[in-house]
Amino acid sequence: MNMIMESTSPNQPVPLNMEGLDTPPLTLSQLAWRRFRRHRMAIFGAIVLTLLIIYALAGSLVYPESYANHTDTSLRLLAPSMEHPFGTDSVGRDILARTIYGGQISLLIGITAVIIETLAGILIGALAGYYGGWIDSLLMRITEAMLNIPEIFLLIVMAKFFGGNIPEIEFIGRTFSGSVIVIVVIIGLTSWMYLARIVRAQFLSLKENEFVLAAHATGTSNAQIIFLHILPNSIAPIVVSATLGVANAILAEAYISFLGLGVQPPTATWGNMLDGANNYLESAPWLWFFPGLLILLTVLSINFLGDGMRDALDPRSRAV
Amino acid sequence: MAMTKPVLLEVSDLRTRFHTPEGTVFAVNGISFHVDEGETVAVVGESGCGKSVSMISLLKLIPTPPGDVYAGTVIYRGSDLLQKSEQEMEDIRGKEIAMIFQDPMTSLNPVLTVGRQISESLRVHLGHSHELAESRTVELLELVGIPDAARRVYDYPHQFSGGMRQRVMIAMALSCAPSLLIADEPTTALDVTIQAQIVELVARLRESLHMAVIWITHDLGVVAGMADRVIVMYAGFIVEEASVEDLYDSPSHPYTMALLGALPRVDRRRDQRLKSIPGSPPNLLVEPRGCPFAPRCDFVIEKCRQENPSLIQIGNSHSTACWVDVKTGAPR
Repeated sequence: MNMIMESTSPNQPVPLNMEGLDTPPLTLSQLAWRRFRRHRMAIFGAIVLTLLIIYALAGSLVYPESYANHTDTSLRLLAPSMEHPFGTDSVGRDILARTIYGGQISLLIGITAVIIETLAGILIGALAGYYGGWIDSLLMRITEAMLNIPEIFLLIVMAKFFGGNIPEIEFIGRTFSGSVIVIVVIIGLTSWMYLARIVRAQFLSLKENEFVLAAHATGTSNAQIIFLHILPNSIAPIVVSATLGVANAILAEAYISFLGLGVQPPTATWGNMLDGANNYLESAPWLWFFPGLLILLTVLSINFLGDGMRDALDPRSRAV
Repeated sequence: MAMTKPVLLEVSDLRTRFHTPEGTVFAVNGISFHVDEGETVAVVGESGCGKSVSMISLLKLIPTPPGDVYAGTVIYRGSDLLQKSEQEMEDIRGKEIAMIFQDPMTSLNPVLTVGRQISESLRVHLGHSHELAESRTVELLELVGIPDAARRVYDYPHQFSGGMRQRVMIAMALSCAPSLLIADEPTTALDVTIQAQIVELVARLRESLHMAVIWITHDLGVVAGMADRVIVMYAGFIVEEASVEDLYDSPSHPYTMALLGALPRVDRRRDQRLKSIPGSPPNLLVEPRGCPFAPRCDFVIEKCRQENPSLIQIGNSHSTACWVDVKTGAPR
């Protein structure tokens, strides 16, 4: 081994005067950030999303959770006023406070469901694409079978099936309805199929690259090649898909909670605040307007953000 | 030509085929050769004659299916690589036998820094800590002649030129001081001046590391400068094997002669045109009957179309697979 250190390097090039050329070249992430900044809708989405997150987090400093869950039927269905800026619901709870706590849960569900979705999608897509053969056939038939069943139907069946008696859970000093976890898992497990297909397609083409053969030739194991060599190459479509997945997960939670099968009260989510609001579509529009608006803004801004990321992370778009 | 060096690698009757929808492609058809410790062996031949496939076969890197190494032994330091498990091979690849590839543009991972790619095998094979691997990586990059190595370990492949990337590939291959380096046309994608630098670099490193080199190329000019022995392949067969001197002085296979005839030389008159070999290599889908070179051969006799000649010894470590003595034109 010492041989390497001892030998000299006769064809070391003459050092050039590099002064003035000293700015380091842009890294891939810097290039991506430059392209992202050009995307006005994406910047708009990022700002709105940040504000929504601040709203959900900082709001809990103003209103305690007990206030959000406090019922007082004498205050039911009050229109927006100074006292209750967003009005009150059919059992007299303050809608502003509930949108704050509901937002926390909705965003939490969106993000954690996407983590499950992404892990499942990457694992299944990577194994299918990398190994091919019967593993690919088996995993892709399962994927297609899942895709053939309408997602809403899957959600309802699974929610009914798992939604029995779930104890409440304590997490970071707060009590959640156990149904939150059920919903997260259900949404995660019914939405990984598209991502799995994207990852599989990426792996199918990337594994033919010479650098994969080169990695094999240096004794790299299959697991390392999958996760350390090929996966980082397909990170862009995964990030984009995961971002858009957050919006879809929030929507999925909203409509399953709207059907009364989602997160159970008193834990608020933007989705279950809409539950029952259809009885007051005209008489008390503030019941559905505020949570609906927040869902709309969140989903819209995430979609803009995802669009911008798709453009920014696309390695083929080299425009700076 | 010291014959006292111990044998490092002994390949016998290696056969590889690919099962494709069109039929079975017989890519390597029973090749046998050996490499001594510290020796440089060149493998030459046209594109698609099985050079790369045979090297990838002996490292057990042929994708199966569709590929299939269906016969032969590859004895490396006394044990048969073809019988080893995937795990045992992972220990050998990169550590004992390293390989560099044709196109440095595609054989580095675009999203990992070059430092990461080099230090990976140091950590896997030698169990180096992160810090040690990193400092060794800088040394390796300096060794292969990359200026400002300490800073460039954090750069990505796209920030290097073609020649520099090939140097990075070489640094990667040499990181664990392998006993055998397989260089698969490492200069083909580079321009001529860079080619010369890379050839010189590998020759110099081979000296200092005492490693054997198998140099795959279709450029006989490169071979002359650095190889001890030359193996000429055609259609998945070895058709001639000789020391460099013998090969250039008395090529004994019509294919070798044709290759040499197609090579530009400074001592040739300028108005002489380079001779190309008529026709193209045979379709490997059908198992050849007779000598695979017969349809393109100037010396062809009736026997060539009937029976494929096997390698016969015609001199001290010089063998050829031809029915005809090309010096006299008479059948052997």
